[in-house]
Amino acid sequence: MLLEISGLTSHYGRIQALKGIDLQIREGELVALVGANGAGKTTLLRCMSGVQPITGGTIKFDGKDISKMSPEHRVGLGICQSPEGRQVFGPMSVEDNLRLGAYRRHGPNIKADMDRMYEMFPILHKKRELPAGTLSGGQQQMLAIARALMGHPRVLLLDEPSMGLAPLLVAEIFKIVEALKENGTTIFLVEQNAYAALAIADRGYVLETGSVVLSDDGAKLLTNEKVKEAYLGL
Amino acid sequence: MFAAFLQYLFSGLTSGAIYALAGLGFAIIYNSSHVINFAQGEFIMIGGMATATMVAAGLPLPLAIALSMLASMMVGVALEKFAIEPARNSDVVTIIIITIGASIFLRGAAQILWDKEFHSLPAFSGETPIGVFGATLMPQSLWVFGVSGAVIVALWWFFNRTMFGKAMLGTSHNRLAAQLVGVGVKKVLLASFALSALLGAVGGVVVTPITFTNYEAGIMLGLKGFSAAVLGGLGNGGGAIVGGLIVGIAEALASGYLSSAYKDAIAFIIILFVLFFMPNGLFGKRGTDRV
Ligand SMILES: Nc1ncnc2c1ncn2[C@@H]1O[C@H](COP(=O)(O)OP(=O)(O)O)[C@@H](O)[C@H]1O
Ligand SMILES: [Mg+2]
Repeated sequence: MLLEISGLTSHYGRIQALKGIDLQIREGELVALVGANGAGKTTLLRCMSGVQPITGGTIKFDGKDISKMSPEHRVGLGICQSPEGRQVFGPMSVEDNLRLGAYRRHGPNIKADMDRMYEMFPILHKKRELPAGTLSGGQQQMLAIARALMGHPRVLLLDEPSMGLAPLLVAEIFKIVEALKENGTTIFLVEQNAYAALAIADRGYVLETGSVVLSDDGAKLLTNEKVKEAYLGL
Repeated sequence: MFAAFLQYLFSGLTSGAIYALAGLGFAIIYNSSHVINFAQGEFIMIGGMATATMVAAGLPLPLAIALSMLASMMVGVALEKFAIEPARNSDVVTIIIITIGASIFLRGAAQILWDKEFHSLPAFSGETPIGVFGATLMPQSLWVFGVSGAVIVALWWFFNRTMFGKAMLGTSHNRLAAQLVGVGVKKVLLASFALSALLGAVGGVVVTPITFTNYEAGIMLGLKGFSAAVLGGLGNGGGAIVGGLIVGIAEALASGYLSSAYKDAIAFIIILFVLFFMPNGLFGKRGTDRV
C-alpha cells in the first residue's frame, strides 16, 4: 500500500470537517474522491499534504507514519499536489513556476523535466516567459498540474482540476489525467464532476459531510443506484 | 542658486540611499510574513554602533564591518526565533506590536551595552570634499551610493537568479502554493529577518561617518525607512528604493529651503499623506490581492 489513511479527523475551530476517514491508494492506481461542495474533499487533501492540522488518526506513506511530517518533507517524499483554484505564482513566469515545482529536487535533469512538460503542454512552452497570472483558467490548470509533476510525484493529488473550465477544456484535462495514469503515475483525483472522474478511475470513494459513505470500483460506483441519484443526476 | 540645490540634492540622496535600504528591509519581511517590523531601525543602529566600538578598540575597519554585519544578522535571527516564531499563530497586529516591543528592548540593551553618547567612524577614504558645479560632495557619500547600489544589484540577483530567492518571492505571492512545492516557509521567514538585518547593518555602517550614531538613532531611521516602504507600496522592493530617495530628497529640500526644523516632519507628512490618499503607495498593488 502506497498511502494508507485511517481514522483521520480534522477540525476548523469547533467544526469537524473530517469525521474519521479510512482510505487507501495503491501504487499505480487512479483513485477518485467525489462528493458535493463542502463535503471535506479539499480538507482531506490539505491534511495529506500537511498544510492542515489533523486532530486524530494517521496517514501512512510507504508504511511509514507521516502524520506529523512537515509539508516540505512530504513533497520530498513525492506527495505533490495541484491545489483547488490552481494557486499559481501569479506574478512569476510560467518557467519559474515550473522550476519551483522542482524545488525539493536538485541536479541537472530539471531542464529535461521541463522540456517534458513543454512537450506535454505545448501552450506552456509558448507562454513560458509570461507571468502565470496572465494565463487563462485552463492554461493555469495545466501549469498547476505540470508544476506538481516537476516534483516527481509518487502520488499526484489533484483537487478539482476541471473546476470552472469550459466543457471542451474539461475533456482535455481528463484526457491528460488518463494519459498520466497510462504512464504509471499514481493519482488521487478529487472531483465534483463525479461522472467523468469515476469513468476513468480504478476505484472511487464517495464523501458526504466529512465521512466516506461508499467505496468501490470506479465502474461499479457509476452504476450504483445511490450514486446515480445523488451525484450523476440520473 | 543651482549650487545650493545640488548641495541639498547630494545630501538628500545620501540619506535617501539609507532610507531605501531600510525600506527594502521592511519590504522583505513584509513579503514573507505580512508583518511590519518596527525593529528595522535598530538593525541600522546596531551596525553603526558595533562597527564604531570595534574600530575604536583597534580592530581593522573591514573586520569590524564584517563582524557587525554578522552580529546584526544574529540579532535578526534571534528576534525571529524568540519573539516572532512563538507568536506565529497570533494575528498580524499582535506580531507588529511584538516588533515594537523588540525595538524598545534593543534600544535599552544598546544603552546598557554602550552608553548614551554619540559614536562615529572615520570616513572610509578621507574627508577631502569633491567639487561638483559649485557644490561639494564628501567621499563618504560616494561610498553610500556605491554600497547601496551594489546591495540593490545583489538583492536583485538573489531574488531573480537563485532558487532560494525565487522560493522567497514565491512565498510572498502565494504561501500555500509555496508550501505545496516544498518550500519551508519557516526557513523563508528566518531568512527574511536575517536579510533585513543585514541590509540595515550595511546602511548603518556606511552612514555613520556622516551622521554619527547613538543608541536611539534607529528610531528616526526606522521611521523614515517605513515611510519609504509605504510610499513605494508596502512589499514592493523597487518602490521602497524610489520611496527612500524621494523621502531623502524631500527632507533635504525642506530643511534647506524652509527650515531644518522641518527635516524630520517630512517623513511623517509622507506617511500620513500616503495612508489617507493612496494607501497602495506609488507602485503597490490593489490592497486586497496581497492578503
Ligand atoms: N478555512 C475554513 N474555515 C472554516 N471552515 C472551513 C474552512 N475551509 C473549509 N471549511 C468547512 O469545512 C467543510 C469542508 O470544506 P472543504 O474541505 O473545502 O470541502 P470540499 O472541498 O469538499 O468542497 C465545509 O463545511 C467548509 O465550510
Ligand atoms: Mg474543495
